[in-house]
This record gives sequence, structure tokens and C-alpha cells, in this order.
Amino acid sequence: MNAIASDMKPATETLSPVVEARGLGLTFHTNDGPVNALSDVNLAIGKGEFVSFIGPSGCGKTTFLRVIADLEQPTAGTITVNGMTPGEAREKRAYGYVFQAAGLFPWRTIQRNVALPLEIMGYSQAERRERIRRTLELVNLTGFEKKYPWQLSGGMQQRASIARALAFDADLLLMDEPFGALDEIVRDHLNEQLLQLWARTTKTICFVTHSIPEAVYLSTKIVVMSPRPGRVTDVIDSTLPRERPLDIRETPEFLAIAARVRDGLRAGHSYED
Amino acid sequence: MSTQRGMNFVATAFQRTLLYLIVILIMLLYPLLEPPYLSGPRWLSVLMLPLLAYIILVLVQRYRRNALPPLEIGVGLFLLAFVPICLASLRGFAGEEAPRNYWTTVAACVLAAWLLNDLLSGAKYRSGWWGNIAKFAVPTIFSLTLLFLWEVLVRALAIPFVLLPPPTAIAQRLANSLPVLMADVNQTIFRSVLIGYALGCAAGFAAAIVADRFVFLRRGLLPIGNMVSALPIIGVAPIMVMWFGFDWQSKAAVVVIMTFFPMLVNTVAGLAASGHMERDLMRTYASGYWQTLVKLRLPAAMPFIFNALKINSTLALIGAIVAEFFGTPVVGMGFRISTEVGRMNVDMVWAEIAVAALAGSVFYGVIALVERAVTFWHPSIRGG
Repeated sequence: MNAIASDMKPATETLSPVVEARGLGLTFHTNDGPVNALSDVNLAIGKGEFVSFIGPSGCGKTTFLRVIADLEQPTAGTITVNGMTPGEAREKRAYGYVFQAAGLFPWRTIQRNVALPLEIMGYSQAERRERIRRTLELVNLTGFEKKYPWQLSGGMQQRASIARALAFDADLLLMDEPFGALDEIVRDHLNEQLLQLWARTTKTICFVTHSIPEAVYLSTKIVVMSPRPGRVTDVIDSTLPRERPLDIRETPEFLAIAARVRDGLRAGHSYED
Repeated sequence: MSTQRGMNFVATAFQRTLLYLIVILIMLLYPLLEPPYLSGPRWLSVLMLPLLAYIILVLVQRYRRNALPPLEIGVGLFLLAFVPICLASLRGFAGEEAPRNYWTTVAACVLAAWLLNDLLSGAKYRSGWWGNIAKFAVPTIFSLTLLFLWEVLVRALAIPFVLLPPPTAIAQRLANSLPVLMADVNQTIFRSVLIGYALGCAAGFAAAIVADRFVFLRRGLLPIGNMVSALPIIGVAPIMVMWFGFDWQSKAAVVVIMTFFPMLVNTVAGLAASGHMERDLMRTYASGYWQTLVKLRLPAAMPFIFNALKINSTLALIGAIVAEFFGTPVVGMGFRISTEVGRMNVDMVWAEIAVAALAGSVFYGVIALVERAVTFWHPSIRGG
């Protein structure tokens, strides 16, 4: 095991990081008193990385993703996205966001759903048509352009929502448990496709999951988090090659990383019991 | 076992024989029945009783066995041939009450129509070409039966014309007063209702957009809206006549008041109907207020907006007609109803009511059709 890094320092990155958080904290003020969703998170995500956030529910992994996306405001520390504040990065359309549910608009066909961000961002008609064709091909949905979302299966809907996030030029893809609601066979298939897609597009991907095999299979870096307060307990750099067939999940190397993730999750839990 | 079957056979054979006898009887009877009803020999009127007994028997059999031999169906439906006789006989009563045996035939006719509709509603006519015909025929036969009963009851019971005119008189009046009715429709529907409806709905919609943009307006406007929508139209209409004069403008104003707030309340609710996730999605695209409104929130609000449009279509018609009771030029549906009632010309009142019902149904139907086309994606319409 040569890949051990608990507190990423910017110096270890060759390029300036896409996302960098220092002492980041977020406290929600609810009727039952303050809730520490995130506490003292230090993390740097380099360009082209595939980073998974894993942890039990309430550990702040989704909150962290939403902070990157400027959908939540941190209450402590600093965070930069492409060297800017998350707000500026959002205004510059720096990222695509894939939600837990597909969230396609039922009154739009698949191709017009993919066109939605392109329309808002003012792409030309010809450019739109070309990008729709390309991204739908990327997620294997060619031939379904004219269908409505409710005519497709859950897996296809989620693929269409990924196409929608890929259609415009954002180097960062934020995915919040995108396959959480799908069955395991569909999920395996989509994981494989996602890796191929990542290899072809050189995007940086932040991926929230609560599945250990999914995290280990997909990531170059796994961020293990624990709840109350939400914090990072371990950051694991994967030693697996970038080329990953599905059966890599039976290799000792894979199982060793999975064991370390599990240990990290358990260590986080022992705190409260 | 065998005796059982034998007895069954005897019973069936007996029934059949009886059936054939009745058929022959009816065939002989039919040409003899001439209006005025049963003015012929007295034995003829007694013979109407088996007809009623027969059709009741057929219907009972239908619900106990769920299948009928074709002969019974044929004879049952043949009874419908008495409908024209019943109608033609009405003339002969001339304000007198009909003889008691007349009702036997009327009851037989209604039960025969029941049998026909029951057969058309059966599984045989659920789909395909016949299904389409049956889908149209069943409600038509039903309505025609009601009209037949109305006509027969009013005339044969000699109900005073002022209380309830028969449908034929209303239809005749309608056909003879087409120019007057058209002028009334033009004044009330095409001016007061449509203009008031368009203005009221547009204003309610615009107010909802503004209220959505400024929270204080939403908080301030909605309680007032609830209060104003509870205002009695009877109280508002005379004031509008004072403000806007006798012509259609004052009626349109009443319609505006009636339609404004349903549209406002529904649109405000509709604009809040889009999900958090969808709005977060638009935020990640750095989409502006108007882009989010046009591309997400208004489409999501469409089911609510069409709800208001449908509610308002009936409200507008009521508002315009009632408002005309309080002062109007000498044209308009409400004006006509109030003056013709005073002159005891109730057939004209009923003709106006029929025209109003027709116009209201067409109005509502058109909006419902547009709704289907616009909100085709909604689970209640796509059926999923």
C-alpha cells in the first residue's frame, strides 16, 4: 500500500486543484437547535480525478457536494472551485450536477431535456443539435431522442440526466448517489459505462455513494466520512489501474482497498456507540 | 336428474309458446293502434298489460341469467316501435289527462330503452368499431329517454305550460326565435363572457406572477382575494352597472371580478408546484428568474392554471347572465330570461336556458381539449 493520504496538501498536486476546501464547516440552524452537517473538512481534488464520497447517511457527503455546487452556503472555512468561490463558479457554469433522481421535465422529450441547459446557456441551434447527438450517443441513448421521460425505464432516465449534465462544457461533474435508486444489475452496467465515459472525457468527477464496491470500483480517490459532526475520517488513493473490467472486483488489491474503506467507516461509527 | 331436466324442458317450452303467442299478438295489435290513443274498442286497452309484463320478465331474466335468446331480445326491442305511437297519441289528449292504460305502454317503452342501453353497455360492444358507436349511442339513448319521459309526463298529465313546457314546445320556440337568440348570444357570450373571461384570467395570471416576485404582495393579496371571491355577485352587479353603464362593459366587469381570484389563487399554487430538485437543477445552470419561470415553473403550473380556466368558464357564464338582471340594453340572455318570465313566456326562458347550457358545455369542452393537448405529460392525462 503506497497510497496513503489523510490530509491532502496542495503541494502534493502537480496542477492547481479543481476543488479545494480548508477548515470547511456548515451548521444548519433547525428548530431543534444547530446541526453540524460539516466540520473542519480539508480536501483537495485534482484535475481529472474520480473522487468518491462514502459514509453513512447524515455524514455530510451530499452537503459537501451541494457546497461545491453553491446550493448550500458554508458557515466556516474556505472553499474554492477552479480557483473561484462556488458562487462565481456556478455563474460561470463550471460544473454539471446529477441528482439522486433523474429530474427530467415530463413535458420535454429526451432530446429537449438534454437541450435544456444548452438553451439556458445560449448555445446556437446547430451547436445544440450536435451536442445532443454526441452526448446521447455517449450514454447509449441514441434512438430515444423523441421519447418522453415517462416512457423510459429508471436506468435510462438516469442516463438521460447524465447526458444533460455532460451536454455543456463543464470540466467538473458532481454526482449525488445517481444510481442509488436502481437495481444492482443496472447499476453495475451504468458504473462500467460511467468509467468509459470518464476515460473519454477527461472530466473531474465527484461521486457520492453509500456502496463500498461502487466507490472502490469507480474511484481514483475515496473520501471516507462519518456523521455527527460530518467530517472526513480517511482519504484513500486507489492503486487500481485506470482500465477496470467488472471482474477487477474479485482481485486481492480491490478487496484490500474495500477492507480499508470498511475499517474507516467502522472507526467513524465507534465514536458514537 | 332426468325429471329435473324434463321439468326444465317443459317450463322452457311453455315459456316459448307464451312468447310466440305474445309476438303474434303484438304483430296483430300494432297496426290497430292509431292515435288518438286507444280510442278504439275497450278490449284493446286491456291487451297492453301483457306487453308490460313481458318486458319486465325479459329484464328480470337478463339480470338473473346474463344472457338472452335472440328472440326475446328481438321482441323486447320491437316494443320501441310503440314510442312513435305514444308520442303521436299525445296530440289527442288536448290538455286532458291520459287514460290509465296509456301509462302501461309508456312504461313498456322506457323499459325497452333500458334493455337496449343495457345490451349496448355489454362486453360485446366494449371495443372496436361497435365500441365507438356504443360509446356515443348509450348516452344519446339515455338523454332521448329522459326527453321522451319529460314530453309524455308534461302533456299526458296536463301540467300547466307555465310550470313546465314540454321539450317539443321549447325546441319549436328555439327554432322560431333563432335571430333573437343569436343576438342574445352575441351580446352575452361573445361580449360580456368572452371579453370578461379573457381580461379576468389574464389579470389574475399577471397578478400571480407579480405576487410570486414580491412576497409581501402574495401575503397581502391572497387574503383579500379570498374575501373578494366570497362577495355576493348580486351585490356587486348593480354597482358595476353604475360604474360602467348599461351595455356589456358592466357585465364584463362582473365577470372579471368573478374570474380574477380563482385564476390568481390557482396560478400562485401552481408556481409553487415545481419540485426542489428541479429548481436546484435550474440554479446549477445559473438560470435567471425569467428563464426558470418559462422553462420550469410555468409548465409545472399548467395543470393548476387549466383548473382555474375550467372553473372560470362556468363562473363567467353565471356572472354575465345574472348581471344582466340589473340593467341592460334590450338584448342579452339574462335580459331575455328576466323579461320573458314576466310575460309568462316560459318556453322562451327555457330556450335561453338550453342555449346557455349548450354554450357553456362547448366553452368547457374546448378548454378541456386544449388542456389535454398542453398537459399531456401529467399522470392524470397520460394515465400512468
